[in-house]
Amino acid sequence: MLGFILRRLLWMFPSFFAVTVVAFVIIQLPPGDFVTSYAADLATSGSPADSATLDALRLRYGLDQPMVVQYFTWVGNALKGDLGMSFEYRSPVSDIIWDRLGMTTLVAFCTLAFVWLVAFPVGIFSAVRQYSIGDYVVTFLSFLGMATPSFLLALVVMYLSVEFLGYSVGGLFSPDFVNAPWSFARVIDLVQHLWIPVVVLGVAGIAALVRIMRANLLDELGKPYVETGRAKGLPETTLILRYPTRVALNPFISTVGWVLPVLVSGDVIVSSVLSLPTSGPILIQALKTQDMYLGGALIMFQCVLVLIGTLLSDILLAFVDPRIRYDN
Amino acid sequence: MTSVPPMPPQENDIVVEVKDLSTWFDTGKQVIKAVEDLNLTLRRGRTHCIVGESGSGKSITARSILNIVPKPGRIMKGQVLLHGAGAGREVIDLAALDPKGRQIRSVRGRDISMIFQEPMSSLSPVHTIGQQIMETIQLHRRIGKKEARERAIEVLAQVKIPRPERSIDAYPFEFSGGMRQRAMTAMALICEPKLVIADEPTTALDVTTQAEILDLMKGLQQRHGMALMFITHDMGVVAEIADDVTVMYMGEVVEHGPVNDIFFAPKHPYTQRLLASVRALERRSHRAGPAPKLSNDDAILEVSNVSMNFEARRRFFSRAPKEPPVKALDDVSFTLKRGEVLGIVGESGSGKTTLGRCVLRVLDPSSGRIVFKGRGAEPADLAALPKSAVKPYWRKMRMIFQDPFSSLNPRMTVFQVIAEPLLNHGMTDRRALEAEVAGLLERVGLPREAMWRYPHAFSGGQRQRIGIARTIALRPELIVADEATSALDVSLRAHMLDLLLGLCREFEMSFIFIGHDIGVIRYMCDRVAVMHRGRIVEIGDTDTVCDRPSHAYTRSLISAIPKPDPRLRGKTQRIRYTSEVEG
Repeated sequence: MLGFILRRLLWMFPSFFAVTVVAFVIIQLPPGDFVTSYAADLATSGSPADSATLDALRLRYGLDQPMVVQYFTWVGNALKGDLGMSFEYRSPVSDIIWDRLGMTTLVAFCTLAFVWLVAFPVGIFSAVRQYSIGDYVVTFLSFLGMATPSFLLALVVMYLSVEFLGYSVGGLFSPDFVNAPWSFARVIDLVQHLWIPVVVLGVAGIAALVRIMRANLLDELGKPYVETGRAKGLPETTLILRYPTRVALNPFISTVGWVLPVLVSGDVIVSSVLSLPTSGPILIQALKTQDMYLGGALIMFQCVLVLIGTLLSDILLAFVDPRIRYDN
Repeated sequence: MTSVPPMPPQENDIVVEVKDLSTWFDTGKQVIKAVEDLNLTLRRGRTHCIVGESGSGKSITARSILNIVPKPGRIMKGQVLLHGAGAGREVIDLAALDPKGRQIRSVRGRDISMIFQEPMSSLSPVHTIGQQIMETIQLHRRIGKKEARERAIEVLAQVKIPRPERSIDAYPFEFSGGMRQRAMTAMALICEPKLVIADEPTTALDVTTQAEILDLMKGLQQRHGMALMFITHDMGVVAEIADDVTVMYMGEVVEHGPVNDIFFAPKHPYTQRLLASVRALERRSHRAGPAPKLSNDDAILEVSNVSMNFEARRRFFSRAPKEPPVKALDDVSFTLKRGEVLGIVGESGSGKTTLGRCVLRVLDPSSGRIVFKGRGAEPADLAALPKSAVKPYWRKMRMIFQDPFSSLNPRMTVFQVIAEPLLNHGMTDRRALEAEVAGLLERVGLPREAMWRYPHAFSGGQRQRIGIARTIALRPELIVADEATSALDVSLRAHMLDLLLGLCREFEMSFIFIGHDIGVIRYMCDRVAVMHRGRIVEIGDTDTVCDRPSHAYTRSLISAIPKPDPRLRGKTQRIRYTSEVEG
């Protein structure tokens, strides 16, 4: 088991390297660079810059260097903790994103926990009582949940909470607390605001996972080992939780790998609608203005989340299923 | 051991009594009477065999006794009386209890336990053997974890699992099929039940493993004195272990009685037919006739020194040394003459299927020569040809598959299924195709109208006939049949083999017949090759190999086959073969 985790950790390095390459290529893909869009900006505002100034800018940011050199400078600095300067904000990228990344992670993990806590029991219920009224209701709701765009849901929830709960919606804090130092009251305020994005982001995930859990468990419920358990004299509930559910858990755990990044990237539109201080909105802005270091850092962060998610799910899988642990 | 003990059955020997049991499946469209008016008496210390073909209701009977009938099945009427349950020695009717209630649950596993057919899927893949065995006793007795573990080790030793104190922490996938079935047996025995129900416990096992498990069960029953209800379709197994026999057909009991009466004085025509079809496989088919005269220079296939290795997976970042490749075939050579039927027999994992696939070049052998000589064609070494150049030969060499259910595409009509190889090889005229398919269907014993229907409309035997029609459509010269009759009921096997033999002689086809059942091989084949761990250990005339085997492994294989004659019980000496290569 330890060897497995170690091997799996070692695999992270080549994967991480590949990820940085992909992130860098993506931000370089659009034609032109930041200076081009900066020049266009200046031109529209009526004071076009001369080409000497632009070239000087390029030289200062190293944009005249070949791609490979730019890449290694970027990665090398990133490893030292220097993610570069944001052209747009004229300040170090790390200053801009840390706060937002923290909030993003918080929202993502809360949503993940919420999704699991709801999807797991509901999925089991839906499978065990297949074709019952309860199952039909759950099935109907999950299709509804999957089909509803989350930004629409965000608008609905915002409307409801303003109308009936009298909250200030939007953001993760009330206006009084936005710039306040951390305190107990601020945490309470955060929790009061957090549930909206968590519910909005979680609904689609719950719907999908309920369906997955139901299908997995239905596959397992007919297996002979369930009958063996029944013939032993196990009570039905213990039997279902101890045997088929345990096996049906595998694909469920595998989903951690993709649920995390989906939550993070899925929150781009929802965050804009709910004006959350997460990384989504600034990523869009950075991509639009070709603010390459800011955009690159954010994309890299998302990729790292995918890696972590996959790592977590692999380790959990090996923990739950001995067949994976012993595979050699 | 040769005859039934003469002691008169006593009232207090009865463990379970089934009276007028009916279990029906209401599918909404129709009601299937899986079990109808069944009566059965199971006595202490006796083995009661339930025999019948697939779908005769024997498994549902077993599940009805434990009241674990799967949905939408329901016990409609009748009683399942368990005698001497609990402290008061009272009689309880299990069929009347709530299937999920506490009372029936306390009976399951403690008074009546069950051993299932498929030892891999009947054990949870994610729990250790020990966890699953200990759970049973912890459910039924107030017992500490440590004590339960000791008890589990004790039963594992009883079922002869080597090093039980270590095996207890193994997972089922680390065990072989026979070991898993032993573990399953240990699980059934741990609470010392009054009745053990075994549902085809040896069907999925090799003959030699089956012989060991049967020996084990007989021994355990003598030791514990419980009643054993043994469900099987194999009359050989019945002859081997039964005291009493109940024959089921279409959900009803057609005959029951002591084992000797059933074997030597069967009253019901169905029992007679069943016995006749089993005994038919004891000798050579009347259709086979004398082996065709074969000259040595007319070989259709020459296989020489073929080996096939499966490379172990190499893992990145792994410090473990590379594992040696698995030798699925190890220096195999044989010659198949034109018009000959060659049997290849061996246990699972002996390489017989790999050999068949290498001959057809579905798999690529690692080394060796496979020379195929078609009629009026130059001999060609298939092993040396690139994959693309093998394709034309697949017109002359074809395969019959084991599973008639999954080897036919359910979305194609029988016409499409059979016409496909003809189309692939350039026959496109619709009318000619229809005439050809009709002719083929009639040749395999199906009406020509069958071509417009889909495979699901046919039974297993009929589907296998459709598969055969597809195989012979191109008039191949060589057919490889891999366990072609294993999935069929015994009563159908002899018919299917006769059909194949007839076709073989009629079209002058050569046959490689792969199987694990010596009876089938003997019925069908002119010569037989015995495989063990990737090698051919013996090859020769079928009668010589079956009656006077020269290799020790062949002797052990033949001695392990249960003979459908209860008088021979205990008389045939079982020979154990331990290979010089330990693995």
